[in-house]
Amino acid sequence: MRARLGATTIPSPVLTASGCAAAGRELDPFLDLTALGAVVTKSVQLRARSGRPTPRMAETPSGMLNSIGLQGPGIDAFLAKDLPWLAARGARAMVSIAGGAVEEYAELASRLRGAAGLVAVEVNISCPNVESRGEVFACDPAAASAVLAAVRAADPGVPVYAKLSPDVTDIVSVARACVDSGADGISAINTLLGLVIDTDTLRPVLAAETGGLSGPAIRPVALRCVWQIHRALPNTPILGMGGITNGADALQFILAGASAVSVGTAVFGDPNAPERIGRELAGALAGKGFSRCSDAIGYAHRAPGRTGVHRVDA
Amino acid sequence: MSRTWGITQAVDLAEAQQRMTAMMSIPLPPVPNVKLLKPVQVRAQIVHVRAAGAYRELALHAPGVGVDARPGQFVTLGVGGESSALLLRRAFALSGVDGNVVSVVVAAHGPGTRWILERGAGDVMDLIGPLGRPFPEPPPGGAALLVAGGYGAAPFVGLAQRLNAAGHAVAAVLGAATADRLYAVHDLAPLTQVVSVTTEDGSAGRTGRVTDVLPELLPGASAVYACGPMPMLRAVAAQAAACGLPCHVSVEEAMACGIGVCMTCVLPVIGDDGTSAFVRSCVDGPVFDAAKVRFDDIGRLPGDLHGAGAMRANT
Repeated sequence: MRARLGATTIPSPVLTASGCAAAGRELDPFLDLTALGAVVTKSVQLRARSGRPTPRMAETPSGMLNSIGLQGPGIDAFLAKDLPWLAARGARAMVSIAGGAVEEYAELASRLRGAAGLVAVEVNISCPNVESRGEVFACDPAAASAVLAAVRAADPGVPVYAKLSPDVTDIVSVARACVDSGADGISAINTLLGLVIDTDTLRPVLAAETGGLSGPAIRPVALRCVWQIHRALPNTPILGMGGITNGADALQFILAGASAVSVGTAVFGDPNAPERIGRELAGALAGKGFSRCSDAIGYAHRAPGRTGVHRVDA
Repeated sequence: MSRTWGITQAVDLAEAQQRMTAMMSIPLPPVPNVKLLKPVQVRAQIVHVRAAGAYRELALHAPGVGVDARPGQFVTLGVGGESSALLLRRAFALSGVDGNVVSVVVAAHGPGTRWILERGAGDVMDLIGPLGRPFPEPPPGGAALLVAGGYGAAPFVGLAQRLNAAGHAVAAVLGAATADRLYAVHDLAPLTQVVSVTTEDGSAGRTGRVTDVLPELLPGASAVYACGPMPMLRAVAAQAAACGLPCHVSVEEAMACGIGVCMTCVLPVIGDDGTSAFVRSCVDGPVFDAAKVRFDDIGRLPGDLHGAGAMRANT
């Protein structure tokens, strides 16, 4: 069941999600990394980052709140160890990059350019812009646009996806700004900002106080975002994500307009989830008469009236 | 006080120390350096449930999991069934391995563990294991002192058996808030020279904490193994360090995945090169050399931690 990331063909429309698969290696005992659409790696930055103190996580109803703080080895170690391992394993890497300034994103993209195993870059713009009093890039179309333009310039060839935050008034305007600046596609959505308070200590559970909410609890929000972006930008590929736990969930994202999906938090409960969901999605598509995944992209947007099972031969 | 648990409390600690010291002279077979096998994910059927005080011990048929599992390693269980609103797995130290059957000790903590405790023989669960790094062997000829808080004793029956088989003398200190929260007192008795029990309410053994008993037993030990709540581990580690003894602690940090991808269960640990970093207790632990764990900095971000500078530049 093939799919595309920008102009690149991948063998499955199901990918991992950034921050939920590390750099792939830890999932190797539980699934066939080479059969996934791609391994979307944890956001890499220029320098090594310790991440935040613990507690970093709180379980919530049908979800979880996390504030890891982008703990990671930095681009040098990533290029020396993580990406070569994925390439040697025969897996495809969609590398997520993150930074605190436009130039950092550009430098990361330029360092990654041409690296073995790299099939796409996902630009995590849900980071504070240190030059703009910490305002998150993804919450400002102009700032998001500047980052995507810089990444595009640093590597004109690689498929570039902008990963958007749902914590905005109008996600379509941010998506449009990113596409106008050279993004090939949109990844939607990142986590929603949330809070959990411990009623014993009378303090927030997380050391960072607030954190990103993920899991099935956010699925309808994510699906709505994909729906709105696809309606506004029907020719822009969307990597849909947010609480996908089974093939039917994945099918919803495809029908809303995603051309591929990422499986994130579900991996914590079932490290085989991306493989299983790929299988379930293929079954769900076939069950509705779709012979190709691409035939189902955005199918829920068609005018009402035609109900029942879709038959490609009808 | 020993009648509650049917064991003979060591009344003469000096004699116990002498016995342990005598055991230390027994020559040891070489310890094979077993390569840890990759974990497997299996549908595991509960074959037996046994009450153990305030806890329950579940024995699960989990083919392939126990083949080379060693004490200190753990498994995770999915909870809540297919439509569960509880997404994260629960981690349990292996308390026993018998062929394809592995055992875990479950305490009611919240909705996830309560769901597990409602399962019975015949029920099937999603199980992953073995995970994490096991307890290392003590120095040759050494007498091992095992220190547990509550169900922290879960891995110690298997560890004591292993140590016995390798010719090591073993003593154990088991503490809990109340008698019903002690674990493995019976099972450890035949495997050890001394089992010392403490409870905070005095309902079994000596009234107090494990750290009250340690000064009497540490002089006869050559290595300390501890498993329990973090404040207990910190105190035991300090006592062991004061006696110049190696100490291996099994930490219990909140985990989301248990396999090394989520970066939730980290703690500050000093690496082989002397640099400290947040390391994952699921794959780099849960057993750590206590001298390398920066107990005082758990829950903090020390400025000298690897990558801490980048956090200040851009948080």
